[in-house]
Amino acid sequence: MIPALVVFLYLAVVLYIGIFAFRTSRTSNAEDYFLAGRSLGPTVFLLSLFGTNMTAFSILGASGHAFANGIVTFGLMASSSALVIPVCLFAIGTRLWALGKRNHFMTPVQMFRDRWECRHIGTVIFIVQAALLVPYIIISVMGGGTVLRAITGGVIPYEIGGAIVSAVVTAYVFLGGMRGTAWVNALQTSLFLLFGTIAAVVIGNGMGGFREAMEALIASPATSPLLTRERVSPLYFFSYTFIPLSSIAFPHICIFCLTARNVTYFRKTIVLYPICMLFIWLPSVFLGVVANHATAVPAIQTKLEARAQLATPNAGLTPDDRAKLRAAASGDDVILRLVEGYAPLWLAALLGAAVMAAVMASDSQILALSTMFTEDIFAFYQGTARFGHGMQVMTGRIFVVLVTAVAYVIALRIPQSIFDIATQYAFAGYAALVPLLVAALFWKDSTRWGALATTLWTAAAVVAVAVIQNSIPPPPPGSEITVWSVGDLSVITRGATGTFVMGLLPVVPMTLISGMLMIVVSLATRDFAKPGDATLKRYFAQ
Amino acid sequence: MRSLAVAVVVLLYILHQDFWFWRDARPLVFGFLPIGLFYHAAFTVASSFALWLLVRFAWPSQLEE
Repeated sequence: MIPALVVFLYLAVVLYIGIFAFRTSRTSNAEDYFLAGRSLGPTVFLLSLFGTNMTAFSILGASGHAFANGIVTFGLMASSSALVIPVCLFAIGTRLWALGKRNHFMTPVQMFRDRWECRHIGTVIFIVQAALLVPYIIISVMGGGTVLRAITGGVIPYEIGGAIVSAVVTAYVFLGGMRGTAWVNALQTSLFLLFGTIAAVVIGNGMGGFREAMEALIASPATSPLLTRERVSPLYFFSYTFIPLSSIAFPHICIFCLTARNVTYFRKTIVLYPICMLFIWLPSVFLGVVANHATAVPAIQTKLEARAQLATPNAGLTPDDRAKLRAAASGDDVILRLVEGYAPLWLAALLGAAVMAAVMASDSQILALSTMFTEDIFAFYQGTARFGHGMQVMTGRIFVVLVTAVAYVIALRIPQSIFDIATQYAFAGYAALVPLLVAALFWKDSTRWGALATTLWTAAAVVAVAVIQNSIPPPPPGSEITVWSVGDLSVITRGATGTFVMGLLPVVPMTLISGMLMIVVSLATRDFAKPGDATLKRYFAQ
Repeated sequence: MRSLAVAVVVLLYILHQDFWFWRDARPLVFGFLPIGLFYHAAFTVASSFALWLLVRFAWPSQLEE
């Protein structure tokens, strides 16, 4: 019961931060609520930007994925992100900051509208960005439900846990806006940086040392592949280096880039980002792998048995049986089960709070959606001009409540694992939107029609992947169903872990075709759709 | 130095695809870290160094004005 109390204490603290931010807010204008008045200092900027990227996916999804797939998880997402995300912040984030400050932009769509001299195409981009952001918020709700259920030993069911976490996040975002969100994120990141390593050490001691656990995992034919990457193809591994591109295209990251007081604050963030990744992901992945040896923990033993049953050839399982076994084998709560099994009570309590902190990092996404709605729709279509700035901020706050409620309802209906949803929908979609940013900032000849083609393609591709995922049940591990072939060549296949295009994750062709469309359509339309010289001068002065 | 910093970042992107440790769990670094995991942990530290080079020698200082 003590861990549950500490987690609720943590929830009370973040709620108070929201109230404190509300009280210290100097004005009620939109820039102060949505961007903290562009005034964040270097340390809060680093911790908060990093925390914004660390969601339930990073902690629960990572250890759950490592539990099932082994050490490959770190190479797939952590080490590639440690390089690609800071490079994007360096090349794109700094320029967004400068343009935002100079032109008073608060959202990426405002910049796109200005850069390509368009109106409704900006609205289309808003719709696609908003639709892709919702799955990310769902991850948080699912994570909240999973964590509270695990920490209270099932006393708080998944549905209620998700509702509690959603309500707390809604409250402090509603009250504190970007300032409250940034402070909470900074606290969350500090907590997890501190306790990730402690968790690994304490659980290692509890298990009698990692050395012995590793030797046992290597010795067993069932678990030794988890310590190598023999179960994934190099193409699949390469595909994952495209996923972190999504980070800079996420509206909450773009918007967050505008909150720094000075562009030099990016320097520390860029250099230290990989180190933060290491401190959070290495323990998460390592513990996820080691959990395969934690058969003394009954909940983990149940997961291993379900996985073994799934892997049994010719077991005569129906699709329903498989779905149930997949849910039983899911490792999303495995790190909490380890803590429960091996950590002393006081540490279990603190670690529970730290995991909860990471799970709740969807606050920035919710705030970003609200910022986008009020700036790109409400203000753009004359709402602010008619009703005033006070009503604009109030609209943003109401939107925060609505979007969280919708995400909660969806989270109760979607049974897929956290990791699958994140990679198949939101991440791939946003990675395919990166050509918008690159073209806007670096290519004079890009046009609004190129931007529209890129956006529509991304939307269509995400819908296509979603349809394939939902209409074709996953085959048993190791086999594939051909969805579309040309002659003997299987072009699109459905595997146990998702949809593939010639062995690559969909994110690769989605992003490449997206970039190609931007180039081809822009070149075809530049004679009549190229922005005027005055606009281009503001973007390409140097 | 600017080109070198960019080249180091590109080189790291290539080195991410470490097919040479694909099927090996051993050696276990420090007795418990599989070599493939250790490589990518070290890669992450190297990324931080490469990004320091980028920030030090290729910083877009015109944006500070």
